[in-house]
Amino acid sequence: MRGKYAIAGIGHTKFGRLPGRGTVSMNVEACRNALADAGIEKSAVDALFVKVPTSKYSSMYGQTLAEAMRLQPKVGGVWDQGGATTISMISFACMAIDAGQCEVAIVCLADDPKTGTRQAYEKAWGDDGAYGWFSVAAGYGLTMQRHMAEYGTKPQQFGEIAVAVRNHGANNPHAALRVPLTLDKYMESPFIIEPLKRDDICLVSDGAAAVVVMSEKRAKELGVKAPVKILGFGQGQTSYDVPLRPVLTETMAKASAQTAYKMAGLAPKDIDVAQIYDCYTIAVMMTLEDYGFCKKGDGGKWVEGGRVAAGGELPINTSGGLLSETGMPGLQLVMEGVRQMRGTSVNQVKDAETCVVSNQGGIMTTHSTLILGH
Amino acid sequence: MSFPLPEPTPLSQPYWDALKNGRLTFQRCRHCGHAWLPPRAECPECLAAEWDWTVASGKGRVISWVIYHHAYHEAFKEKLPYNVTLVELDEGPRLITNIVNPDAGLKAERPAKLKIEDEHGVALARFALV
Repeated sequence: MRGKYAIAGIGHTKFGRLPGRGTVSMNVEACRNALADAGIEKSAVDALFVKVPTSKYSSMYGQTLAEAMRLQPKVGGVWDQGGATTISMISFACMAIDAGQCEVAIVCLADDPKTGTRQAYEKAWGDDGAYGWFSVAAGYGLTMQRHMAEYGTKPQQFGEIAVAVRNHGANNPHAALRVPLTLDKYMESPFIIEPLKRDDICLVSDGAAAVVVMSEKRAKELGVKAPVKILGFGQGQTSYDVPLRPVLTETMAKASAQTAYKMAGLAPKDIDVAQIYDCYTIAVMMTLEDYGFCKKGDGGKWVEGGRVAAGGELPINTSGGLLSETGMPGLQLVMEGVRQMRGTSVNQVKDAETCVVSNQGGIMTTHSTLILGH
Repeated sequence: MSFPLPEPTPLSQPYWDALKNGRLTFQRCRHCGHAWLPPRAECPECLAAEWDWTVASGKGRVISWVIYHHAYHEAFKEKLPYNVTLVELDEGPRLITNIVNPDAGLKAERPAKLKIEDEHGVALARFALV
């Protein structure tokens, strides 16, 4: 399947505060923009894959959205892997098309935790609430502390990631946060849940995004201007709550990447630019290790000296990621991967021919990987 | 706002009752010997439904911890800053807990011992660094 399928179009809403819009309306806007970017009519679409909105669960949401777009999909519905959902749905779309189940799929998501409710991210973990065990952030903090204890990773090294990504976002006119960051400012940033500082944590944003998936052949037939080839994809689900994870600093991200590399026939050294799910800087650190850019535990040293910043050896999150562009769970990273391959990023990596994108959900519970390229 | 106390179920009631009586317990499978917490109806290793509550030695070690500087619940505002720590029992099961003497030096792999404490009338399994 390598290179046989492509992302034909990308679209999104504004990012940040979108009070009162609701997820259906935001999804429709993103889909409209993605279809326009692909240059195709809605009538060509026969599959619709949607991420269930995390903030407010709604039964058969996929069909609610299909109705709002007067679509009768041959393949459709919602998928729920938290932030890993969208790349997984892109891979399911490719497989469905390959199996002759459909021809043109839209993959999209919308949520409004900024002006709606962020309860999903701040609640107690069952009876452990009696010990004060609240929030998604705390699970990342627990993992970060263990990484520091096991490998001697330093706060400044997490800061390298935050600084690189925030500065990329500052350059992006669509980013919800355009304030650059320095290492000194990062170090002064207050603890929220120690060792997590405020600047280790992503934004909370409203918004929607959508991509159109079809075969390269269909893209030619429909006259799509700038389809970007999908070279590989993979998934891996850790499915243990953080406290029950045998080794806190290991997840199935490694398996996910290996599946994707194998499909693409590529190795880490062949990757020119990366979009790494940055809900928390520790997630980036561990993903860089699990993707084989450096050895497990060496992530701290590896990111030093601007290696992941624009102009470095492996620029990451070139549109600002979750830390600056939008807190949206993952599809902004796929869209930026597409822009890098088209050569239209605001922080374009010169002559980039391959881009790896990671998505992950929960507390590094779910993971999916996408490799785009020429 | 009321304190977020545990909500025992028929499955977990014996766990909370035992703590009230000064004993930390975990489940052990009659078939494969796997030991686990938190309470569940089937052994997550061999899937069997036959198991026993077993009394823990109360000895364990610190796997990791965090310190909250922000309260996600009204009731914890007065406790800030407070630690939440992951402890692995010598018998294998892990639990989320609080270390009662963090000033002794929270450190990964440091041994800790059970110290049951009352919290709003409920016995919680806290730990002390040794």
